[in-house]
Amino acid sequence: MAIDFRKDVEHVAKLARLELTKTEKETMAGQLSDILDTARRIQELDTEGIEPTSHVIDFPATMREDEVGASLPLNRVLQNAPKRDNDFFRVPRIAKSGNDGQ
Amino acid sequence: MELYQKTVFELSRLMNSREVSSVEVTQSFLDRIKEVEPHVRAFITHTPSMALETASLVDKKRLNGDNLHPLAGVPLAIKDNISTGGLRTTCASKILENYIPPYDATVFKLIKQVGMPLLGKTNMDEFAMGSSTENSAFFTTRNPWDLEKVPGGSSGGSAVAVSTGMAPLALGSDTGGSIRQPASFCGLYGLRPTYGRVSRYGLIAFASSLDQIGPFAMNPADCALLLELLAGHDPLDSTSYPGKVPGYVSSMEERLDGMKVGVIKHSNEKGFDPEIKDAVTKIANLLEKEGFAIDQVEMPRTDYGLGAYYLIAPSEASSNLGRYDGVRYGFNGGGDNIENMFSRTRGEGFGPEVKRRIMIGTYALSAGYYDAYYLKAMKVRTLIRQDYETAFKKFDILIGPTTPTPAFKIGEKADDPLEMYLSDICNITDALAGVPSLSVPAGMHSNNMPFGLQFTAPPFCEGRLFNVANYIYRNRDPLLPERPPASFRKGGTE
Repeated sequence: MAIDFRKDVEHVAKLARLELTKTEKETMAGQLSDILDTARRIQELDTEGIEPTSHVIDFPATMREDEVGASLPLNRVLQNAPKRDNDFFRVPRIAKSGNDGQ
Repeated sequence: MELYQKTVFELSRLMNSREVSSVEVTQSFLDRIKEVEPHVRAFITHTPSMALETASLVDKKRLNGDNLHPLAGVPLAIKDNISTGGLRTTCASKILENYIPPYDATVFKLIKQVGMPLLGKTNMDEFAMGSSTENSAFFTTRNPWDLEKVPGGSSGGSAVAVSTGMAPLALGSDTGGSIRQPASFCGLYGLRPTYGRVSRYGLIAFASSLDQIGPFAMNPADCALLLELLAGHDPLDSTSYPGKVPGYVSSMEERLDGMKVGVIKHSNEKGFDPEIKDAVTKIANLLEKEGFAIDQVEMPRTDYGLGAYYLIAPSEASSNLGRYDGVRYGFNGGGDNIENMFSRTRGEGFGPEVKRRIMIGTYALSAGYYDAYYLKAMKVRTLIRQDYETAFKKFDILIGPTTPTPAFKIGEKADDPLEMYLSDICNITDALAGVPSLSVPAGMHSNNMPFGLQFTAPPFCEGRLFNVANYIYRNRDPLLPERPPASFRKGGTE
């Protein structure tokens, strides 16, 4: 059964916060169906009782003392901000009502 | 012979004996860049004055009699997804076009510590997603052996920089073939180290369980020398391996007889070029003559590597790339509320391939599909690892083609993502298994393009790869050109 990705494109793009043009959506629906059809071939393999591998590290994670270290100076943290307001990143208003102290 | 044509060991010796200075060496590469770069376009950012500054500092230290690293004064190029503090790092993406990292990647810190002049940041597929550099938001790098062909990718710029003598060494990153595939297409050595061998701190993340930084070089010894510098534990990367780094260079000449070599038998070799298949047999015969035991090895579950990879890597990418929201850094697409600012920023800032991967990943991780796609893929990854473990019980090293074909034409696969993905078919499973893998130049195709063979070793056995590569290097055909022709013209090489 081939996957029809067309009905999913809109929903997945919304989840991914990705604005797509109409043409992009159409092209992508076809391409993603093809890719997922190939990827789905893994269903043929029996993986009953097999543990998933999320990473390949065979050694224990190295831990360190939880100590306060030096942080980057604020100016460097903010140097790439597209919109900045003194020591803050500036974003569009999030709260809906006007009573948030602005 | 010009300085840019010499090996790193030779340059190091010449500088150490004060026959040449690092400034002279660096200038030779800068001159070569001036000559070649307009034809191939391997660099996104050039840093000539920074390079000469480092070089002259190293020269001063040498005159002072300071104890210097063998790589001191040897310049290099770095892929543009490795953070260089204070220097623009774009990932070849519009979304990071003006991004200046506030800190250094650990590998760059190491490079600065020993005094390697940085020549520039190299072109790549956007966010390292691709196999041709055609996905760069800025321009496509050209293959120096034939300017109509792709250099491979995603680390295409680094491969081209080294193969043309614009840099003696370069750094790339390999998530599913991005070092080895361009090394094969451009005719040089490219190593994907064991996962955890080299710190990923400051490497802009694509798929964190697969990404590894590795070296490009013109010969195995130079490659080994650079890995010795890069490898080692880094407290800033929790996946960094705490074990000690062996002397890769000092053990390169060790005798290898008796080593067992497994020739990988791909169950579907339909798309494999017959000349490349022949080269595998030829190299296997050469090794057999030297006393290696050769046998075929089947890895039945690796056939499912492509499927597993194209679920796992995009899933991790969709999560990692969630950070590009136009708030803290990068491009901002504007908008009157936070939702449409995010969507516009990402919609305008990312190119088509990055969008495709984010979509696949988001889908594979979304409610209702997680078990069937992402979880299933992680289980298949376990089976693929088991195939490697079984193979390494019998063999010391595995050999197969790096790429099914030599470099393809620019534009040939640009509209067919699946076809493009297939060009990494030989590289993906090593990455999933986390094992080290080195592409070694293996000759010239009758179409005058180079291609590589890939050697794979058990985890942390990079030394074994260098040993075998060194043996093949010493026995290479002296008539074959090591580098693309010296001069370039549009539409092909002269």
